[in-house]
Amino acid sequence: MLKIKNINTYYGQAHALKNVSLHLRAGEIVTLLGANGAGKTTLLNSLSGVTPPRDGQIMFDDTPIHGFPVHQIVRLGISQVPEGRQVFKPISVADNLELGAYLHHRILGRKDDVKKNRDMVYDLFPILKERRKQLAGTLSGGEQQMLAIGRAFMARPKLMLLDEPSMGLAPMVTQEIFRAIENLVKERKTTVLLVEQNAKAALKLAGRGYVLETGRMILEGTAAELLENKDVQRAYLGRDKKEIWER
Amino acid sequence: MNIWDKEHECMSRDELEQLQLERLQAVVNRAYKNVTHYRKIFNESGMIAEDIRSLSDLTRLPFTTREDLRVNYPYGMFAVPLREVVRIHSSSGTTSKPIVMGYTKNDIKIWSNLTARLMTAAGVTHDDVVQITFRYGLFTGAFGLHYGAEAIGASVIPMGIGNTDKQIMIMQDYKTTVLVGTPSYALAFAGRLEELGIDPKALSLKAGLFGGELWSEKMREDIEGRLFLKATDNYGISEIIGPGVAGECLCKNGMHIYEDAFIPEIIDPETGAVLPAGSEGELVLTTLTREAFPMIRYRTGDITSLDDAPCACGRTLTRMSRIKRRSDDMMVIRGVNVFPSRIEEAIFSVAQGETPYQIVVERQGAMDHLAVVVEVTDKIFSLELQKQRSFLEAIRKRIASVTGIHVDVRLVESRSLLRQQGKVVRVVDKRDI
Repeated sequence: MLKIKNINTYYGQAHALKNVSLHLRAGEIVTLLGANGAGKTTLLNSLSGVTPPRDGQIMFDDTPIHGFPVHQIVRLGISQVPEGRQVFKPISVADNLELGAYLHHRILGRKDDVKKNRDMVYDLFPILKERRKQLAGTLSGGEQQMLAIGRAFMARPKLMLLDEPSMGLAPMVTQEIFRAIENLVKERKTTVLLVEQNAKAALKLAGRGYVLETGRMILEGTAAELLENKDVQRAYLGRDKKEIWER
Repeated sequence: MNIWDKEHECMSRDELEQLQLERLQAVVNRAYKNVTHYRKIFNESGMIAEDIRSLSDLTRLPFTTREDLRVNYPYGMFAVPLREVVRIHSSSGTTSKPIVMGYTKNDIKIWSNLTARLMTAAGVTHDDVVQITFRYGLFTGAFGLHYGAEAIGASVIPMGIGNTDKQIMIMQDYKTTVLVGTPSYALAFAGRLEELGIDPKALSLKAGLFGGELWSEKMREDIEGRLFLKATDNYGISEIIGPGVAGECLCKNGMHIYEDAFIPEIIDPETGAVLPAGSEGELVLTTLTREAFPMIRYRTGDITSLDDAPCACGRTLTRMSRIKRRSDDMMVIRGVNVFPSRIEEAIFSVAQGETPYQIVVERQGAMDHLAVVVEVTDKIFSLELQKQRSFLEAIRKRIASVTGIHVDVRLVESRSLLRQQGKVVRVVDKRDI
């Protein structure tokens, strides 16, 4: 469904993505691993149009979308859940979801969908239904993350780009969020590109993964292969592998 | 017909090429980062890793040759530290030092899955009993297919080579259904069955996977007719991974190359130019998934051709024809790579200087035999008979120790060897494969 070939993205002079290629098939969860500054978020931003690549090709369902403005990319079915949750804190949970429905409600004029989608979100995260009238700012970190995912889901994307959904969350909450992501893919026919610091959890959830290093792709493989790869173990799994560190 | 890894063996060309590009870019980045040799050739050719923007850009990179592996002996081509290597194999080289290949844990897993593909394609299932008659040890053949059979869940009998009578006993008693080995051994096996008066139809054999040496359709018919099994060809080369590069399906019309793991090219062995689709030439392989031992444009020395036409089995992978011959002087004798240069070294070191000789390759029955014929020189002529005999024995021993195979060594009259333009023809191949 998504095919990226040779994209190069710059921040001013800084060459952040060097000739990166990647693909996703419909219904896959693919994780993107890499150290801080490797270019993971840049890759998501390049896909969503926030920082468009200078060159290269991005095909989404056979449409070339590189160079498209963000709103058009959203309309085609790609939603990004940015790092650090970024919900609208002074308004209610329900209103946050409503904002996510902007595309369906205002642009596509499918008001019935909005209610259906909202119910799906409440189904996925029952706690949000309980707190629908509460201000988003009063939610816990985990609940805010759920809300951020729920809000992105309101646009019924085909592809969701998730940036560090487990950041700063307790393991139990992370598990719940990962279960919800799995559910989005299995039950709701969504495809997910997942950037995660928690590589171990991400590789359990994903079928495949890529490893970025200073803007270059250095590995592609199944999750099982990446879990066994020593570079991945050393850099991202932080396993009790003293001997690897001693070199 | 079963397919082990449908996702990768039946991919659309479009998807496959995307995956190949991603993996190629990743392997080039890794090789550049971790292997001095590749960093050097990149720098010399003025290219950077980012210049690989399409599969055809691969052709801008220089070849990797057996000579490069020799220069980097033993561990110079490894892309991971030795502590991450769980297996070391080696293969004979053109000089006294062998070439050395390393495998990580993942490489072994990847290898198992590749050989599982070709064994499945040849009809092996988890109900089979697989007798492996390749040599275990530094050679890759036995281990590769052993792992594949285990991955499928078949029962493996790791017999190793030789001791044909015992092999036959085990085959009868354990009810072996799949024979794995060299095609010449299969024929020797059939010959021994006939000698012993054992009816091959009374055995449980159903499939035979043969490789490790040159063979022909004629040999296939012969093997199938005498052992009552379906014989398939498979291709591998130790420098790349071992067996598991390509394997025939039961359509028997060429070996499917596992292109998600290897990119094949066909080149003119003289000029190095990439030849158009369908041409016959030397096979060049690039590994896409190897961790410990990435090979970029490795010249295999094997002459073949590729066929992209769809196959009835449903696999979308390109097929390579049976290996026709070698582009260099390497000979494959009973599954062992033999370089004439090594034999020459052995002869000259025993003779303490240059002496006219000839290597004769013959097929006796089903097995290949090497004979070394040395011309009598004045120096040898003047020796006592006893000493002449021990001289020949010394050559025989030296050759066996450097090549790993036994040869016949005999003396002939002075000036009796075939000469062309005054020079002795070094290798005479009398085999009619």
